[in-house]
Amino acid sequence: MKLFQTLVGAGALMAAGSVSVGAMAAEDTIKVGVLHSLSGTMAISETTLKDTVLMMVDDINKHGGLLGKKVEAVVVDPASNWPLFAEKARELLEKQKVSVVFGCWTSVSRKSVLPVFEQDNGLLFYPVQYEGEESSRNVFYTGAAPNQQAIPAVQYLMSKDGGEVKRWVLEGTDYVYPRTTNKILEAFLKAQGVKDEDIMVNYTPFGFSDWQTEVAKIKQFGAAGKKTAVVSTINGDANVPFYKELANQGIKAEDIPVVAFSVGEEELAGIDTKNLVGHLAAWNYFESVKSPENDAFIKEWHAYTKNDKRTTNDPMEATYIGFKMWTQAVEQAGTTDVDAVRQAMYGQKVKNLTGGTAVMNTNHHLSKPVLIGEIQANGQFQTVWKTKDVIKAEAWSSYLAEDKGKIADWTYPWVCGNCTTGKYAAQ
Amino acid sequence: MKFVLALMLCLFAALLPQPGWADEDAFATALRSLNADSYAEKISAAQTLAALGDPRSSVVLTALGDGMLYARADGSLLMEAGGSYIDPISGKAVPGVAASDLTALTVNNRLRGILRGLQATLDISSPDPAARLKAIQAVTALASPESAELLHKALDHESDPGVKKALQSTLAGLDLVSPDKDRRLAAVATLASSTDRGVQAQLQSLIAAEPDPQVKAAAQKVLSSIDDKLAAIGFAANLFQGLSLGSVLLLAAIGLAITFGVMGVINMAHGEMIMLGSYTAYVVQEAFRAWMPPAWIDLYLIVALPVAFLFTALVGIILERGIIRFLYGRPLETLLATFGISLILQQAVRSVFGAPNKEVANPGFMTGGFELMGGFTVTWNRLIIIVFCLVVLGALAALLRWSAFGLQMRAVAQNRPMAAAMGIRTGRIDAFTFGLGSGIAGIAGVALSQIGNVSPNLGQGYIVDSFMVVVFGGVGSLWGTLVGAMSLGVVNKFLEPYAGAMLGKILMLVFIILFIQKRPRGLFALKGRSVEN
Repeated sequence: MKLFQTLVGAGALMAAGSVSVGAMAAEDTIKVGVLHSLSGTMAISETTLKDTVLMMVDDINKHGGLLGKKVEAVVVDPASNWPLFAEKARELLEKQKVSVVFGCWTSVSRKSVLPVFEQDNGLLFYPVQYEGEESSRNVFYTGAAPNQQAIPAVQYLMSKDGGEVKRWVLEGTDYVYPRTTNKILEAFLKAQGVKDEDIMVNYTPFGFSDWQTEVAKIKQFGAAGKKTAVVSTINGDANVPFYKELANQGIKAEDIPVVAFSVGEEELAGIDTKNLVGHLAAWNYFESVKSPENDAFIKEWHAYTKNDKRTTNDPMEATYIGFKMWTQAVEQAGTTDVDAVRQAMYGQKVKNLTGGTAVMNTNHHLSKPVLIGEIQANGQFQTVWKTKDVIKAEAWSSYLAEDKGKIADWTYPWVCGNCTTGKYAAQ
Repeated sequence: MKFVLALMLCLFAALLPQPGWADEDAFATALRSLNADSYAEKISAAQTLAALGDPRSSVVLTALGDGMLYARADGSLLMEAGGSYIDPISGKAVPGVAASDLTALTVNNRLRGILRGLQATLDISSPDPAARLKAIQAVTALASPESAELLHKALDHESDPGVKKALQSTLAGLDLVSPDKDRRLAAVATLASSTDRGVQAQLQSLIAAEPDPQVKAAAQKVLSSIDDKLAAIGFAANLFQGLSLGSVLLLAAIGLAITFGVMGVINMAHGEMIMLGSYTAYVVQEAFRAWMPPAWIDLYLIVALPVAFLFTALVGIILERGIIRFLYGRPLETLLATFGISLILQQAVRSVFGAPNKEVANPGFMTGGFELMGGFTVTWNRLIIIVFCLVVLGALAALLRWSAFGLQMRAVAQNRPMAAAMGIRTGRIDAFTFGLGSGIAGIAGVALSQIGNVSPNLGQGYIVDSFMVVVFGGVGSLWGTLVGAMSLGVVNKFLEPYAGAMLGKILMLVFIILFIQKRPRGLFALKGRSVEN
């Protein structure tokens, strides 16, 4: 297996052309860019990911570096300001000449840096679950696509163990991720025979704090006699008042469970979870999962942050997998040249922290397992359901009519992220 | 070794005189199978336990539902109660058990729901009427044919009138689908006084499927009366939610009504004063957790109020003396300077406490709520905040109206040179006024920590709303701030169900812009010479 991978890597290297190998060899460090907000609204989530990358860099330097060179992290602060993300990305690629960038959280920040990475042929690892509908030659998406998070969560709720839910509230924050995810979910639910009147879609602004009316509406919708569940794509800060209002209005998880796609261990740390026991979240990773890899990761994280109470979460695992894959691909290619590394990335394997193996596909997305967890009183999730095998991410949803026939595949003969006929198609 | 030990224990147990030996065995077996791998097995074990009718079953099932049931390495189970571990079979405490040797039995929503139903069937004969009422509600939610039988049995023995009524209406709901026409008719009549949304849905489906015209007409009449009642309840709920939103707006805006309204300082750092107040609540809570007896924890909120007031007032006074007093009369520069201060304060808090949200728990008296009727739940934290904001406003109005400081403050605001000529130290009054406004913002922060996030960005969410309320209500008028906040809150909440949260907010802003065109000084404009310049 290893031999096969090396062969693929070597072949890829030759195919990609080794123009810049000589130029890179002169430098004695490998620069890694970190593009996460350290101030502003998104600092709450993104600071953790910056620390994760720094920890991984630290770790690799302790073990002799990469290709015999020291790895150096270049940290910039785009300050939760979307246009600034593009400026900082340009700075990293053109001035700092970094080999790879780990960064972005919100979809809008990713969309803002995308043209920069494509123009400069940079490499971005994006570690957050997102709405899909994208595949760029210059981005590797290590977070979940909708079919690795939203669809399995809804399927679980439809199953006997999930309570055989018949009525659905799709509650989200008003921006691109919830809107696209809900569009996919609606199409999926209708394909499963759920009627229009059994689906309620509602959007609220960013940072929404007065949830009384919305929660009362959910309660009313759930009183119609059919089992009801809420699928929440509520983002960030709005979650705390939402869950507080749920608890105060006495909505219990046994009656109307809420399954969230943006609430992880980090977010729960800001909430008193005693009244939320049983509400759900779908992720590819939970801190509570017992495995040797996860135990080692948590231990390293606690040691690195010098804080036994720091939680780990899903985007951290995605960052971990992305970083590991990149170092493996660099070692295999023997260079940090973007074209060579990209070729070496395909089929790259890293052990998941929750068991099984993540594989990078040619659509630049991962195959990962999906876990459903229930919130516990201690602020952790307890896994109640897990996919038997890894699930391959779909860049384009198979449930949306407008995505029909769209293919993302960056290898011959397709070589494109969004097309219905391959670039070198024989047909 | 283990086997021998178990054998000896068995022999020992057999020697003891024990009634119901066979049952004992069944109980222990069922108990053991609670620790199964699959939820299906756990569910059947729980059902077996409940069917045994053993008084211990109820205790064990409650513990399981609460996550207080643990398995030891040998497969035997222990219950946690008040910090010690109890053997569920003997009911005796087991000393010397380390928490690390135990794994909690996992429960999912489905099992939890079934446990609640089983618990209810056990509780339906409880001597406590409140427990019986709760049990009836849980059994209703199950809505199975067996539950009807159970409820009929319970009705025969029921003496408490409240519980009896609940039972009758529940049974009526089940009778709606009865094949007997007279029973359906009687059921419809019983449900006439209901204000339950579940009943509304049941009647709707009855009307859709009803073959008999007499029953159909009766059901339609009852349904329309329930619809009317629910509409009225919906109106009351909207009004309450509007007042609650208004009270939050008012709390956020009162401090600004002083610093902006009375002093004319465009204080962009006002939101950060609120944020500092929330963080003070967090610090006081942590101090209580660390040093005070656990029983006192609920008091932290009351202690946090004066602490937050003094702390933010002090910060306000330092800001006024250090920066803002040099900028009086230059609104543009004040705006920029205070905006800079707000960013500095945010980042300072982020550096000290870290970027993630902090958990500020609701004290016991502010959690939960009570259902008034028809699904309209009044939550305690909202209710307390409405009362609290009115108290703060009243106290502030009294201070301005009757105290010497209030008099001097108004004098300085209206005519500074004249006030100075009368011997008022205007500089000191300015500092105290700004401190007062900031201190009230701090108190607001303590209250707002109870309903929202405590994060460094907390203030930004409130700053626009605060300015909106003050400008709409009339700059410099406390009464205007009250009316402005409450009317904005109520209008917003009445718009929200129809227009959605997003469009509701937009409509609100459009309305205010139009209103300001007509009345540039807001609802309650101050009159007099002071306003003219």
